[in-house]
Amino acid sequence: MMRIPLPLFIAIPLVMAFLLPVFSGLGRKGKAVATVLANMTTISLLVLAVACIGQSGIYKIGKWPIPLGINLVLDGLSSLMLLAIGVVSSAAMLFSARYMEQYTAKAKYFCLFLLMVAGMNGVVLSGDIFNLFVFLEIASLASYALVGFGCEHEELEASFKYMVLGSIGSLFVLFAVALVYGNTGSLNMAAISDTIKNSGVNAGLAFALCLFIAGFGLKAALVPFDAWLPDAHPSAPAPISAMLSGILIKALGIYALTRMVFNVFGVSIQIGWVLVVLGMLSMIAGAFLAIGQWDFKRLLAYSSISQIGYVVLGIGLGCTLLARGEIAYASLAILGAVFHLVNHAVYKSLLFLTSGSVQMSTGTRQMREMGGLAEKMPVTRATCTVASASIAGVPPFSGFWSKLILVIAAVQAEFYWVAAIIVFVSLCTLIMYLKVQRYVFLGELPENLQQVEENKGSMLVAMVFLACLCVLMGLLVIVPSLKASILEPAVNALTDGLGYSAKILSM
Amino acid sequence: MAEKEKNPNGAKGMTVIVKTISSWVKVLIFLFGIYIIITGHLTPGGGFAGGVILASSYVLLMLAFGREFVEENLSLPVASRLDCVGALLFAAVALFGLFFGAASFFYNYLHQDYLAEKETALRLISAGTIPLSNIAIGLKVGASLFLVVLVLSIFRPEPSGSKEERD
Amino acid sequence: MLYALCFLLFMIGLYCAVVKKNMVKIVIGIMVMEYAVNLFLIMLGYRFGGRAPIVGKEDVAGVGGQVSDLFVSSSVDPLPQALVLTAIVISLGSLALMISICIRTYEKYGTFDITKIRRLRG
Repeated sequence: MMRIPLPLFIAIPLVMAFLLPVFSGLGRKGKAVATVLANMTTISLLVLAVACIGQSGIYKIGKWPIPLGINLVLDGLSSLMLLAIGVVSSAAMLFSARYMEQYTAKAKYFCLFLLMVAGMNGVVLSGDIFNLFVFLEIASLASYALVGFGCEHEELEASFKYMVLGSIGSLFVLFAVALVYGNTGSLNMAAISDTIKNSGVNAGLAFALCLFIAGFGLKAALVPFDAWLPDAHPSAPAPISAMLSGILIKALGIYALTRMVFNVFGVSIQIGWVLVVLGMLSMIAGAFLAIGQWDFKRLLAYSSISQIGYVVLGIGLGCTLLARGEIAYASLAILGAVFHLVNHAVYKSLLFLTSGSVQMSTGTRQMREMGGLAEKMPVTRATCTVASASIAGVPPFSGFWSKLILVIAAVQAEFYWVAAIIVFVSLCTLIMYLKVQRYVFLGELPENLQQVEENKGSMLVAMVFLACLCVLMGLLVIVPSLKASILEPAVNALTDGLGYSAKILSM
Repeated sequence: MAEKEKNPNGAKGMTVIVKTISSWVKVLIFLFGIYIIITGHLTPGGGFAGGVILASSYVLLMLAFGREFVEENLSLPVASRLDCVGALLFAAVALFGLFFGAASFFYNYLHQDYLAEKETALRLISAGTIPLSNIAIGLKVGASLFLVVLVLSIFRPEPSGSKEERD
Repeated sequence: MLYALCFLLFMIGLYCAVVKKNMVKIVIGIMVMEYAVNLFLIMLGYRFGGRAPIVGKEDVAGVGGQVSDLFVSSSVDPLPQALVLTAIVISLGSLALMISICIRTYEKYGTFDITKIRRLRG
């Protein structure tokens, strides 16, 4: 059994989410205590996630045996996602200690933020498809409210658009869950996987898989379904943009999709090709649309779409190769995709945090109105450069390694044109981030921005923490022991495919 | 009629007949809600349905008397705290499962052999911790839905142009 | 056959949510979709001629407590009912949030028409 009870990952943020509004009703000291408690919650989740590295196990809630009860499953992929959620949420919470002074109702903010973290942890740990849906909805509802937190014109419009599309996505997922229950008679992922292994995928289940791809694709902002992301991410407060772009679209969209495709339904060539095509569309569309943007955060949002395309491309490649039976090549592709997912979580959240820092100092998001902030805001500039170099794929930083692995995997599997497109989109990414650097930090300082100064305190700590991680994460693939303990269990959990059910049912 | 002109709907509540009857009926609806919560493990209903009925009893008062009257009785901060207390109570019920015997979260530690033939003194509480969870959920859902309706009704575009900050 | 009708209702809700221009109508479309999915879930558990899944004294064989096979084979599946309860609660929360966003948007923009609420573009 597990040393650490798995429901703690869900219970701690839930309890703190409902405890904090009680504190903040007690005046200024109460608000400070609430902030400290919220930060301690996210940091303790990070510590717990680090303690769970390399372990695996299941936790039966209420001690009900598996087909009857809900169980929580920790395997390699789940522990990696927990680690990523812990890192990004701690950094965003540290940042928001100072940043959210601009808004009123900070207590509700912490409540919603911790609910979102609890929801994401629940999605990642759940071993039961309806439980996954419930936690998906918890996290989504909290994020709809957080996007419109400032209640200004644009934020409300963005929040409404996000909410409508997100609800439609969740309803697709619920419909698919109902179809799967009707066709297999069970809600537990291991039991469904067992049934599908024995009797194959019939028409109802194939339709359910299409609905799952549509629903999770809406949450992950793949290209036909990404209409909400360019509006929602810029309008949200900066730490929320970091959370949304950095971890929410991945935990809710990509993780759930991979879990369904690899472990529950089993891989097949058609699904692999669908994912490859969706990934490539996202990469190209996101990159092209991002280059023409003049709003800093909108550019970052389009760049998110592009980078998620990388991850989905890698997953699709892995799926196709696994279905053909070439496990070694598939492992490499999935390793690239999973590593890119973790990398992108770190550097995209860092980019959004720096854009929030810039916005807090200068009061604007339009890059035409900024310039020359390099002398005035040195720490922000340094961390933004580190993150931009990372995302563009400059050698010693982490982004380079994950893109290299993806290119090698594509070349090895003889998808040469896919490799060419990956390299081309990396060039586009480099162009867009050179544009960011040039217009925001280099160049002339306009007169109305002569008085800006660097932000202090917790915001700097958060940004420097993430920047150090950007630099150090390249070591995750180079040092074999780190790779074997953190990344490989995730890859193995996916390439095991339908063996997931045998592992779970035997525990 | 002079009576109706003095009490236009929505500004100061409804007529005397409506106010009297609804103040009596509200108590009955509240009691019915509590009944649905408490026997939720035996009959259809349970925490959520009972909580909705509790909230709708307050909504009836709000419709009959006007929002200010109800806000004096059960104001926004108090309802908010009740909401949090409900959620924390539910978490506490789940957490205590950790400390009993072969422990795990949500473990039904008060569960007696409900299919046994012996008559025990607490026969009504035959399902262990489920009634406690029902009560916590009923409290939370009732407070939440009441808050939702209260906050939505604050947004009436009033002629004085006052706009309160949401949450 | 009845499941296809549920799917038709889902498509009607989807059409309404996608095509209409009034914000409140879009919300109604999403609610129709939710009802369709809940209906589908409930219908999954139904068994013709079944009875409610509440165990009474006559369904229990013996002192130890196993319910009789007749009960299991003649009662309606209770699991989709629990799923639908949860789904209804979730849709209630989602509806409350959508309506409050609609109200706040009306306060700011003065209209419910989404073609006029288009400050964000590009």
